[in-house]
Amino acid sequence: METLLDLEALESGYGLIQVLWGSSLSVCRNQSVLLLGINGAGKTTLLKTIAGLVPTWKGKIVFDGVDLTRLKPNLRIAHGIGYMSELGMVPNLTVEENLKLGGYFRTDKENRKRAGEMFDYFPDLKAYPKRMGGALSGGQRKMLGVAKTLMSMPKLVVMDEPSSGLSPKFVKKVIEVLKFLHERENLSMLIAEQNVSFLDFAQKIYILDKGQVTFGGDVEELKGNDTIRETYFGISQTVRSQPPSPVGETP
Amino acid sequence: MRRRYLQALSVIILVAVVFLLLPRFYSNQSFLFNLMLYLGLAEGVNIIYGFTGYLPFGYVGFFGAGAYGSAIAITFWHISPFVCVILGGMAAVATGIVLIPLLRLSGAYFAIANLAASQALYLIVANPTMEKITQGPYGIDLSSVYNADAGYYTMLAVLVFAMVVVAYIRNSDFGLSLLAIKEDRVTASLAGVNVVRARSIAWMLSAFVAGLCGGAFGWFTAVFYPSTVFSLDVSVFTIVFALFGGVGTLAGPLLGALLLYSMYNFIGISTPQYFQLFYGFLIIGLVLFLPDGVASILQKGKVYVP
Repeated sequence: METLLDLEALESGYGLIQVLWGSSLSVCRNQSVLLLGINGAGKTTLLKTIAGLVPTWKGKIVFDGVDLTRLKPNLRIAHGIGYMSELGMVPNLTVEENLKLGGYFRTDKENRKRAGEMFDYFPDLKAYPKRMGGALSGGQRKMLGVAKTLMSMPKLVVMDEPSSGLSPKFVKKVIEVLKFLHERENLSMLIAEQNVSFLDFAQKIYILDKGQVTFGGDVEELKGNDTIRETYFGISQTVRSQPPSPVGETP
Repeated sequence: MRRRYLQALSVIILVAVVFLLLPRFYSNQSFLFNLMLYLGLAEGVNIIYGFTGYLPFGYVGFFGAGAYGSAIAITFWHISPFVCVILGGMAAVATGIVLIPLLRLSGAYFAIANLAASQALYLIVANPTMEKITQGPYGIDLSSVYNADAGYYTMLAVLVFAMVVVAYIRNSDFGLSLLAIKEDRVTASLAGVNVVRARSIAWMLSAFVAGLCGGAFGWFTAVFYPSTVFSLDVSVFTIVFALFGGVGTLAGPLLGALLLYSMYNFIGISTPQYFQLFYGFLIIGLVLFLPDGVASILQKGKVYVP
C-alpha cells in the first residue's frame, strides 16, 4: 500500500514541556488507523502537531510526498488533511455555515454539491440547515463535525476522540458512519481514541504511551499482546485462565 | 445569497438617499454630519468587533490619525482635501499596521493595550515639540479649505463606503471566516482560514473607515485640537452605539447610532444635567438585558437583519 502520511521521529510539546519523544507512524492510502492511548499519552498533541497547531521540534511530517513540517495549519489543510477536533464545529454558526466553512477552499458550486452529499449522508442535519451548531444534540454535533471536515474532500481525515461526550449508543452510530464513509469515499483516517470500540473499524493500530509509539500492528497482533490487553481491555490471559480463589483462602 | 445582498443594498440606498435629501428639509447640518460620522464609526467598530470579537477601546486613535493625517497633507502638500481624506484613511491604516502585534492579545488585554496605544498616539501628536508638524496642543486650522457642504457629502461617501464594506463582509466567505475566528481561532485555522491574514485585513479595514471619518471630520470642522479627535468619548460612544444596535449585522450599528445619537442630542440640549445619569443607566441596561443589541430581538423572532 502507498504511504500517505509518514511521521518520522516526531518531537514536540508546549513551551518547555516536551510531550512527544520521537513518535513515528504511517498511514497508507485508504487505510483506517487507530491511535490508542490513555489520558495524557500525547494523542491530541500528536494530532495537533500533524495539523500544525503545535510546532514540530524535531522530526519530519511527510504527507502525500510533500514535507509539511514547517507549513502553517491552513496550508496543511489545503494539502488535503481534514482535522476534526473534539468539538469539531463552530457552535455560533448555522449547520449550512459550518458546512460552507468546511469547504473554505472550494468554489460555491463545489460546496453546494458537496453539502448535498453530506445532507444525504446525515439526514439529521438536512432537517435543520438553519439551526445553530450549538443548538444541536451531542450526536448531531459530532455528525456536523464529521460533515464539516469532509466538505473539503480531504485525502486524510484526522480525528481527535470522536466518541468523547457521547453515550455508547451514539458511539456505535459514529463508528457505523465512519465505516460507511471509509468504504464509500475511500477515506484514509487517523483516529485518536481511548475507546476500544473503535478497534472493529481499524485496519492498523498504534499505541501511544508517554509520547512514544510503543506498538504498531493489526487488531490480532494487539489482542495477542498481554500487556496491551491488560491496559486497554482490563483483562489478562493468565488471570482469566485461572479459577477464582476460594473465599478466605490465601491465594 | 443574492437576496441578502439586495436587502443590504436597500439599506445602503435608503441611508444614502435620506442623508442626501435631509439637508433640504433640516437645516442643522452639523447634527446631520455628526450623526453620519457616528454611523460610519459604528460600522467601522462593527468590522473589527462584530466580526472578529476584538473590542477596540482605543478606536479613537485611528480617528485621530485620520484627522491629523488628512490635515497635515492639506497643510503641507496643498492638494485636494478630498484626496487628503483618503490619505487620512491611509494614515490610520499605517497606524493599524504598526499595531497589528496587538492582535496577538485577546479580551481585556487587547482592549487595554489598544486604549494605551491610542493615548500614546494622542500624547505624541499633542506634544509641543511636534509643533512644526502637528501644531502640538494648539490645534490645526484648515479654514483656508473650509467647505462645509463638500465635507458633508464626503462624509456621506465615507458612510456609504463603510456600509458597503460591512455588507460585503456580512455576506461573503471572508465574513464567514472572520466569524469563525471570533468563535474559535483554532477551528477556523483547521478549516483552512489564514487567521493572521484575515484578522489583519479586518483590522486595517476598520482602521481605514475610522481614518476616513477623521479626515472628513477635520475638513468639515476646519479647526480642531488633539483633545477633540483623540477624545475617549469618541471610542465610548461609538462602541456603545454599535453594541446597542447589535454588531455582526449591517443594520444593527446604524440603528444603534441613529437612536442613541438622536437621544444624546435631545437630552443633552433639553436636560443636560441628566445626560450622564441617563447614559449610565442605558449602558447598564444594555449589558444586563440586551447584550446582543436591538437587532437580536428581531433575530430571535427569526427575522433576518441585513
